[in-house]
Amino acid sequence: MSGAAVFLQLLNGLASASSLFLVAAGLSLIFGVSRIVNFAHGSLYMLGMYLAVWLSAKVGFWASVPLAAAGVALLGALVEVLLLRRIYRAPELLQLLATFALVLVVKDLALWAWGPEDMLGPRAPGLAGAVMIAGRQFPQYDLFLIALGPAVFVLLHLLLTRTRFGILIRAATEDREMAGALGVNQRLLFTSVFALGAGLAGLGGAWAIPREPANLEIDLAVVSDAFVVVVLGGLGSIPGAFLAALLIAEVKALCIGLGYSKLTLVAEFVVMAVVLVLRPWGLLGRPLAEARAPSAEHSAPAFVSPRAFLGGLAALALVPLLADGYMLVLLTDVFVFALFAVSLHFLLGPGGMVSFGHAAYFGLGAYAGALLLLRYQLPMEWALLAAPLAAMAGAAVFGWLCVRLSGIYLAMLTLALAQIVWSVAFQWDAVTGGSNGLIGIWPAPWLASRTAYYCVALLLSAASVAYLWRVLASPFGGALRASRDSPVRAEAIGIDVRAQRWTAFILAGTAAGLAGALSAFSKGSISPETLSVPRSVDGLVMVLLGGVQTLTGPVLGAALFTWLEDSLAREIAYWRAGIGAVILLLVLVFPQGIGGGLGKWRSR
Amino acid sequence: MIPKLLMSWLLATVTTHALAQAPIKVGELNSYKVFPAFLEPYKKGMELALEEINHSGGVAGRKLELIVRDDGGTPGDAVRVAEELIARERVNVLMGTFASNVGLAVANLANQRKILFVASEPLTDKIVWENGNRYTFRLRPSTYMQTAMLVPEAAKLKKQRWAIVYPNYEYGQSATASFKKLLSQAQPGVQFVAEQAPALGKIDAGAVVQALAEANPDAIFSSLFAADLQKFVREGNIRGLFKNTVVFNLLGGEPEYLDPLKDETPEGWWVTGYPWNEIDTPEHKAFRDAYRKRWKDYPRLGSVVGYSAVHTVAAAVRKAKSADTEKLVEALKGLQMQTPFGPVAWRALDHQSTMGAYVGQLAKKDGKGTMVNWRYADGTKYLPSDEDIRKLRKQD
Repeated sequence: MSGAAVFLQLLNGLASASSLFLVAAGLSLIFGVSRIVNFAHGSLYMLGMYLAVWLSAKVGFWASVPLAAAGVALLGALVEVLLLRRIYRAPELLQLLATFALVLVVKDLALWAWGPEDMLGPRAPGLAGAVMIAGRQFPQYDLFLIALGPAVFVLLHLLLTRTRFGILIRAATEDREMAGALGVNQRLLFTSVFALGAGLAGLGGAWAIPREPANLEIDLAVVSDAFVVVVLGGLGSIPGAFLAALLIAEVKALCIGLGYSKLTLVAEFVVMAVVLVLRPWGLLGRPLAEARAPSAEHSAPAFVSPRAFLGGLAALALVPLLADGYMLVLLTDVFVFALFAVSLHFLLGPGGMVSFGHAAYFGLGAYAGALLLLRYQLPMEWALLAAPLAAMAGAAVFGWLCVRLSGIYLAMLTLALAQIVWSVAFQWDAVTGGSNGLIGIWPAPWLASRTAYYCVALLLSAASVAYLWRVLASPFGGALRASRDSPVRAEAIGIDVRAQRWTAFILAGTAAGLAGALSAFSKGSISPETLSVPRSVDGLVMVLLGGVQTLTGPVLGAALFTWLEDSLAREIAYWRAGIGAVILLLVLVFPQGIGGGLGKWRSR
Repeated sequence: MIPKLLMSWLLATVTTHALAQAPIKVGELNSYKVFPAFLEPYKKGMELALEEINHSGGVAGRKLELIVRDDGGTPGDAVRVAEELIARERVNVLMGTFASNVGLAVANLANQRKILFVASEPLTDKIVWENGNRYTFRLRPSTYMQTAMLVPEAAKLKKQRWAIVYPNYEYGQSATASFKKLLSQAQPGVQFVAEQAPALGKIDAGAVVQALAEANPDAIFSSLFAADLQKFVREGNIRGLFKNTVVFNLLGGEPEYLDPLKDETPEGWWVTGYPWNEIDTPEHKAFRDAYRKRWKDYPRLGSVVGYSAVHTVAAAVRKAKSADTEKLVEALKGLQMQTPFGPVAWRALDHQSTMGAYVGQLAKKDGKGTMVNWRYADGTKYLPSDEDIRKLRKQD
């Protein structure tokens, strides 16, 4: 690559960095103040795009940008007032569930309102052409974007450092309890910050339309990029977000320029993993002050009596006598996901470590089972039982890297590592079958009938769930909860906190691996989606829907979510919005999750 | 005693009679909410075909019934949905799927459960070759076939330096591999000077266009589509990449991907696609008129695929005079039928239909994209030799 070419690619990177920064800044502000992991940030960006394309046909591009941003900001305020405000006091992460439901609703809303076809916006009037730079035509609009990013950065910086509103935001980011105690109107502050963040997302979307079409896939693509930027930069740090956006955009542009375009699939996750391992709080972040207000009720979970457990098991064992073939298939899926959700809950509840990448272990188990069967010709029974060992090995390595971090940084590192595993499965055609995956992974003949496999899935998942629950009731479980509730005191009485956490990672990963292998043999095929982000998110949704603070919650959540997906997808056209609406309703009615809600009702 | 016997005899006759009249059930599953731009017209095409068939008395004396399901867009969910169609709805035939990984997973299940699967849209070569099985048949011309359709025009131009851009997953990879192989055979000594493989749906178009321009290609082969294609076209137009470079773009002329480009449509590109407004063969005219009358909208490529898939099942049942799986499989081998694109045959060798595609050049007309200089490329002519296919397709 010549010097001029490098220079041009750096310019391209700058333009992309500006776009990235706009979305990330809003996300960072929202997280800083309210600690909400706003999963719907990409959806707000998408709405900004659609609104801008739609409005620019009526009032022209330049007028459409502020209008679209204002519209999205207004919507953000509404969401905060009507939904999020009601659940600030709920256990952490419930807001994540609520915003996930919003993603589903907004996607179907956009499909309904603007139709299925992509909408390419107009070029920006006045900046439609190109200028000659280093012998090549370079878009005028990209130059404008290059200037826009720093301009927004400076404005935000002035807002945060020079205005009273900015001081309040910073105070709430540092210590929102104290800010409240000093008489700051938190309601107004939270609403306005959420509206500001949403407006920035809408603005980012609107500015993007001369470069890319409004389409229904953009929401998740954008939100994952934005998360990476925010965490890489250091949570709540606007300069950090700016720096991270620059770093990622330039790395990608250079990958493309140097002919390593395939690396762009994971470039940002590799960068994030490296940075987080070296700097656990991102580039410019600082250790987070604990948000003290909604402290979870840290009590030992209620354990399930062996009699109730065996009773449930016996009832399920009778199902094949009564139900049709499909009921068995559906319940097999429920068992698989129940085990997956219980293993995630093991980390997230008693372990206190949120994982955004739990699908990695599910997928490792699934791929290991498939490869042992297809490549190494192991009998299927052995392949199924040996597969979790691969997940165990993966969890041992990733856990070792992750346990040194905490909170959202830990969560994002698990995500980054999972994405790296995903990209390997996606690219390594010779072994994993690439994006198509592997087929022909069927159970041995004596297990091939729906009934036989149902029994296997029930037996193995119930045994694993029972084992995980048993472990939680053991001294190790106590030490693990102690490490979560007060790491300092736990250390003082001689508990090796990191060792407890690491062990929890390995146990949970192994169980998830078994779930993955069970899933692979029930479907006969696997592809990279088994270890993709949506699979991890599904797991989180199941756990949160069921309730983090009960042991049975994740099982209920898995059953409910699987059943909802199955029945709503069959019954209604806009089934995604349907699922979203049901989740929103449940969030508002049972902020403790269904398991928690039932528990409360029973104890009355 | 006697009345009871009589009753049971009566009941038995009534039931067998009712069974003979029971509709033939087609279980259609597709990623309706993940690829709505293609699949909404697809659904309309299916419904049109279904109405035609049932208004003219059904097939083999029975009505055809479509049971439509959303497969959630992932192989895991799709397999569960297919199981529901098989075990609970007891469908006679499975049909549908869009993405290749979903299509392969359902084909794999069809083989295990021994039920006919008419894969309407997935383009992967593997579904009928490397991973082909007895129960799976595929309608659309595959990635290989459509790539091969573009090669004659590409070779005619005698361009030396080719650059390639493709979405980084199986479809793009195999299109690229086939193109390189076929063009090198047709035009020995051709050079491939740059290759860009952005992630699907996430092309960094400015940087990609810039990197391609650095390689000074005479021509570009692209298999981008949807949002990636639109971003690539706009950046390329602004940066002048296409001024002195010929571009070949697989699928670029399909209305689903061409229509959003509007006045950005790059003129002169060679594409495969569907010039719906220009094809005036009697069979296409009849289809287009019926479609417009029924839906007050023009047909997209998806409409043709959905329409032809339903007619495929009807034709197979007609030939087999039965909805029995094994008989249907035998009937489909070598089946000849009419589609809006003209006559199509289902090859016994690899279960691929010979449906073709239209090859032509893009042009702008009244601020909209359209295809000119087009020809129909019959699928029959763009397949490897039987010998080669037998090597790939080992399973039967």
